[in-house]
Amino acid sequence: MKIIDIAQETYSSLSTNKVRSGLTMLGIVIGIASVIAMVSIGNGAKASIQSSIEGLGSNLLTIIPGVVQPGRGIVSSGRGAAQTLKNDDIDVVKTIDGVMAVSPEVSSRFQVVAIGNNTNTTITGVIPDYIAVHNIEIANGSFISDANNRNIGRQAVLGATVATDLFPDQDPLGKTIRIKKVNFTVVGILVAKGGAGFSGPDDMIFVPLSTMQKILSGMDYLSMMAVSVTDKNQMAEVKDLTTNALIEKHNIVEADFSIISQEDILGTLTTVIDTFTLFLAAIASISLLVGGIGIMNMMLTTVTERTKEIGLRKAIGAKRKDINVQFLAEAVMLTFIGGFLGIVLGWLMSFIVTSTGLVATQVSFSSVLLAFGVSAGIGIVFGYYPAHRAGMLNPIDALRYE
Amino acid sequence: MIEVKNIKKTYKTGDVEFEAVSDVSFSIKDGEFVAIMGPSGSGKSTLMHILGALDSPTSGIYFLDNKDVSTLSDDELADIRRDKIGFVFQAFNLLPRTTVLRNVMLPLVYAGIHGIKRIERAKKALISSGLDEGHFFHLSNQLSGGQIQRVAIARALVNNPSLILADEPTGNLDSKTGEIVMGTFQKLNEEMGCTIIIITHEQEVAEHADRILFIKDGKLIEDRTTHIKRIIDYEKHNLTI
Repeated sequence: MKIIDIAQETYSSLSTNKVRSGLTMLGIVIGIASVIAMVSIGNGAKASIQSSIEGLGSNLLTIIPGVVQPGRGIVSSGRGAAQTLKNDDIDVVKTIDGVMAVSPEVSSRFQVVAIGNNTNTTITGVIPDYIAVHNIEIANGSFISDANNRNIGRQAVLGATVATDLFPDQDPLGKTIRIKKVNFTVVGILVAKGGAGFSGPDDMIFVPLSTMQKILSGMDYLSMMAVSVTDKNQMAEVKDLTTNALIEKHNIVEADFSIISQEDILGTLTTVIDTFTLFLAAIASISLLVGGIGIMNMMLTTVTERTKEIGLRKAIGAKRKDINVQFLAEAVMLTFIGGFLGIVLGWLMSFIVTSTGLVATQVSFSSVLLAFGVSAGIGIVFGYYPAHRAGMLNPIDALRYE
Repeated sequence: MIEVKNIKKTYKTGDVEFEAVSDVSFSIKDGEFVAIMGPSGSGKSTLMHILGALDSPTSGIYFLDNKDVSTLSDDELADIRRDKIGFVFQAFNLLPRTTVLRNVMLPLVYAGIHGIKRIERAKKALISSGLDEGHFFHLSNQLSGGQIQRVAIARALVNNPSLILADEPTGNLDSKTGEIVMGTFQKLNEEMGCTIIIITHEQEVAEHADRILFIKDGKLIEDRTTHIKRIIDYEKHNLTI
């Protein structure tokens, strides 16, 4: 049998039972579409988290006091609890080759009061380098200056969210806020940065580092140091140099601080999201499996219905192989068309998800290719048994079958 | 041409052995028109399956065109059926919702004959079987019983078989249409020299053939030449379909 003959036979038998073929195909369509949509949502979430972490400063090393315990990750490190980073360490890090800027920070949560409004937020003591290191922009006014730091000044810069919380309908610039019963003058407001959900600058108030240490918290250690590196490719090198320099400075054998790069954070989150995506795809593939069983069910019915026809074909000279191929082609054609429609539907679904603005989904070429391969594979796997049964029929019994 | 020697076919159901055909021998020459007759359960269907290479005998030898068919494998039997035998069934067995032409072309699909040659041969076979050209593109379920059996005869003819094997070809037809179909067989036999074997239990149908083989209880009990052969009078029956 030539391929064109097989195609013709397949077309005519599938089109005789359009509704049944369509419903059977629907199982595969839904399976493939949900796999593609789920994977695209997972990929989209990954990409959006990656970009918001990179938005924090992609060439950033973060030095925090205390040791990150293996297995517990950076999130639960109890940051700020250890008191091993001192002001003296800033100058040590600054002199290291490849370091562009260092931003030492001390943060703590305090109650903040403005005229009539009240909020509890993170107060961060900073130096002017914070702007460069963290890629933030001033919307109005100015940032904390070196002079503010020298004078232990009472100046504050508000993040975008805090600004609207405390001063819903007036310009905060030049107004006075009270942090821990100390009056501060608002000298600047930041542009909203959005994105990063945790410890973003939008929800912070910035004060001079010296004021934070001497007046608000009353302690001289640092919560963290953010280090921006000149060349992104030298991150690992700078990390090693910094570790050695600080170990030497602290005069200890094992580090009492941790240095975390963006890659470490990304790596952890990517692992989490990959697991999540895999989980979604696994659930979706169950529907694909059910679809495959639907194909097998339909093919078995077809073989029984067409027993007489199979008998006739064998009587006029069809071999076992010819019958096998014919029925296998039907199953594969069903899954092939179903797979194609599923890809279109999955694409459409992820497009709709994107247009709702929740997640910018990404349909990857590999998931499309995989879906197509899987659907053709399902056709072969679930079509094999019915086709084999058809091929094994004895022509005499098949011709007599009523 | 066809040579059957001591053919036996036994079926086993549990411990009970049943001999459907026992020790049958005969030979049929090229261009003969033979009827195999017998009551139901006489073993004539089993004999037909063996003659049609649908089944192998338990013992004995069956030569078709000087080739021993009795010991072939399933796939080799399929080749014999494709190249040497044309079947006409009582239940017609056309593909439903398929055009007449495609039905007749089906054996050529498996014989590996393609394109325009396939269509030409199918048309030629349909004309030989006497079907009007206006019906070639009708669906098989739009035809009358007589027309359907002509399509089935054309399908049996299309690959130029050595033997046309018809199993109760008039069983599902009324007597007039049955006569017409038998007339078609006679015509093919006389004008084209086809070797034809018809299986039937009706004396009247059998008398259209030149020779009748009587089977009873699996044995050949009589082999005789038809004394007064029924000839279809085309004028009298006004043979048009």
